[in-house]
Amino acid sequence: MKRRSLLHLSAALLISGGMTPAFAESHAMAAHPETGEKLAEEQVFRYRLLDQFPTLDPQLNEETAGFHVIRQLFEGLMSQDAQGNLIPGVATGFEASEGNTVYTFTLRDDAKWSNGDPVTAQDFVYGWQRAVNPETGSPYGWYLELTEMVNAAAILAGEMEPSELGVEAVDDTTLKITLNKPLPYFPAMTTYATLFPAHQATVEAHGSEWTSPENMVNNGAYNLAEIALNEFFRLEKNPEYWDAENVIIDEVVGLVINDVNQALTRYEAGEFDMLEPLPAGSFPRLKEERPDEAHSVPRLCSYYYALNQSDNGPEALKDPRVRKALSYAVDRDVIVDRVLQGGQLPAYNFAHAATAGFEMPEIDYASWDQAKRDSEAKRLMEEAGVEDLELKLIYNTSESHKQIATVISQMWKQKLGVETSLENYEWSTYIDIRGNQNFDVARSAWCGDYNEASTFLDLLTTTHGANDGKYSNPEVDALMRASKTSENPNAEYTQVEQILAEDMAIIPIYHYANTFLLNPSLKGFPMENVENNWYVKDFYRVAEE
Amino acid sequence: MLSFIIKRLAVAVPTILALIVFSFLLMEAAPGSPFATERGVPPEVLANLEAKYGLDRPLIERMGIYIWNVVTQFDFGPSFKFKDRTVNDLIAQGFPVTLTYGFWSFVVAVVVGGTLGILAAVYHNTWLDYLAVGISVGAQVLPNFVMAPILVVVFTLWLGWLPGGGWRGGQWEYVILPVIALSTSYMASIARITRSSMLETLNAQFIRTARAKGLPMRRVIFRHALKPAMLPVISYLGPAFVGMITGSVLIDVFFSTGGIGQFFVNSALSRDYSVIMGITILIGSLTVLFNLVVDVAYAWIDPKIRY
Repeated sequence: MKRRSLLHLSAALLISGGMTPAFAESHAMAAHPETGEKLAEEQVFRYRLLDQFPTLDPQLNEETAGFHVIRQLFEGLMSQDAQGNLIPGVATGFEASEGNTVYTFTLRDDAKWSNGDPVTAQDFVYGWQRAVNPETGSPYGWYLELTEMVNAAAILAGEMEPSELGVEAVDDTTLKITLNKPLPYFPAMTTYATLFPAHQATVEAHGSEWTSPENMVNNGAYNLAEIALNEFFRLEKNPEYWDAENVIIDEVVGLVINDVNQALTRYEAGEFDMLEPLPAGSFPRLKEERPDEAHSVPRLCSYYYALNQSDNGPEALKDPRVRKALSYAVDRDVIVDRVLQGGQLPAYNFAHAATAGFEMPEIDYASWDQAKRDSEAKRLMEEAGVEDLELKLIYNTSESHKQIATVISQMWKQKLGVETSLENYEWSTYIDIRGNQNFDVARSAWCGDYNEASTFLDLLTTTHGANDGKYSNPEVDALMRASKTSENPNAEYTQVEQILAEDMAIIPIYHYANTFLLNPSLKGFPMENVENNWYVKDFYRVAEE
Repeated sequence: MLSFIIKRLAVAVPTILALIVFSFLLMEAAPGSPFATERGVPPEVLANLEAKYGLDRPLIERMGIYIWNVVTQFDFGPSFKFKDRTVNDLIAQGFPVTLTYGFWSFVVAVVVGGTLGILAAVYHNTWLDYLAVGISVGAQVLPNFVMAPILVVVFTLWLGWLPGGGWRGGQWEYVILPVIALSTSYMASIARITRSSMLETLNAQFIRTARAKGLPMRRVIFRHALKPAMLPVISYLGPAFVGMITGSVLIDVFFSTGGIGQFFVNSALSRDYSVIMGITILIGSLTVLFNLVVDVAYAWIDPKIRY
């Protein structure tokens, strides 16, 4: 294996060349401080990215691939442990007052930026004001609107100054946030990139180039060492990080590999440690071939078909009986067990079953067997008096969306005599068509922005931007409003889910699972964090036997 | 000749301008927006974004400003998708990569393909001919999206000799597989064209005369046959060279080279308007340039051609 030894050599040279002696120390013979496992000499984590992330600017980021990297480079007020529970980040804790509308965070005094400056409350204020400042043009500025922070919406609309945002640095280590209305899950929202701090002097000195390796000043466990778009990036351990002594992995390498089969070959050749996602339908085979490496864990996303109930939509879909018939006729077990085969769960409700604190509601048709659903579907269709229904089903380009659409259209045709025309569009066009209600049925999916059921259920309120089927029920709107101040919002959530099932606002299809391959010598991966938010600072590599 | 070159350059300018205008209009007509997301961007955020990137101005004004910036400052604007980069940054990163593996692919394709073609013609209907034809047909029917995965399975997974992708500033072990994958089918075409053109030339009267004069075979081929036989090859090489140095999306995708081809396709998919335009202009200008080079080469090789 000449090539691998070459690679190792160059990696070793880079490490010894680029790092301070303090942590260039060898991990040989070292043991993990808690578990006592023998650590490997080379503490590098390599993983594959499907696509190049567009930016590493926390306030401009809008997607998962970038967030995975930003999470290593920066640290927010709160952080997550391996189960996805909230743990202290830059803040040591917080206090909620005035009925969950005012939050006061206390910051640790030893948190530092990578240039040695202390991380202060003012850095958070600056970062957040930057996110809502119209001049920044952040595509994720609305995240602050979502937090209900005072004046966020007006600032985004250009009606107020960014300085009027409801966040204040009381002193260097005290940050006070004021919200428009109670939001019990606000602290959980601070784990997302948009609410990370920013180093004002750096951003102002370098403008949009402040995220390049030579300019970036960050406060997370790792620093950006190099990046080549569409090829790879490399991170090195940040010696200024407040908890650096407990960080074991020295280096993180991300390889951009678009083609998933190519990625699988290279994983098999040992080029990297984690491959996610896997080629469609390959999970059962890989699980058999590599039982220690193939994993399937719940992922906080729901797959559903939106039904167009707007004025543009077909008359038939405005009838709940037709919507129910279409939903009942979908045999989810076939989709989950025969098509996807990756540990996904059949869905009869919207919020993912593994959402934190969420009690799965009792949904009538979930408890029926498929034969009963089918006969009920036929009965409802007859009752509605709809004949020769023709539907246009749109989906974005993907092998599995196509397979699912094909299977479902067959089910509808056989059971209900509904003709479905499948229309495939590439992403941007699909988004455009879906957003303008030029469809009858649209393949859709939603991933939680935070680990709480409202991230799903809010989507089906009348004014939500992603409610593309334009479902609207004042009762649902009122219940979701009430849930924000409720002691135990599960009561409201259960009611909402039951109304959604009764109205069949959407057709829930399955709850996601994440399937991936992970090198068994890499430990500390958060298998139970349903948001799949992993922090490399918690990983370590054990010596191979 | 000089006046010909000047004339051609004068035509090139309106050609590229027309290219800009048509691309701009086509892009405008495509549904979707660079800022569209599944969630539906709130109108005030969308307005901020459009103002930041100047999309709130009328089409004609935008096109005018764009052309002005390109012509006067060589400024292709910021990327809509890669928010901390300009189009010039992306081209500066991607183009050298593509140029490197494209150039080497060109060299390999011409040297190997040309040699195979000449050998096949000179040793017409011998085993050497059959072998050369066999290789070039084989290479032709193996498109690079089939070649690339096979190469990675063999050289990365089985043999462990070469990395399965990446670029790392163009270290040689990262360059080999992309070059093989990209050059193969070009090599096959060059071999076929060279062979048939060479065969035709070798049967021409003037070659017969040369041989009748008793000139050695080697001299006949290199002195007399090669130049005229190269004419059809050269007309193929011009566009082929542009095709290679502006990259193959497949090579970029399969080998994660970070080359320009992938930026081009991704920018079209994500409606990254400024990147689409920048790369279109780059490829368009190179095409115009190399067509000119081919025409000049023609005139140089074949004295019959006069412009």
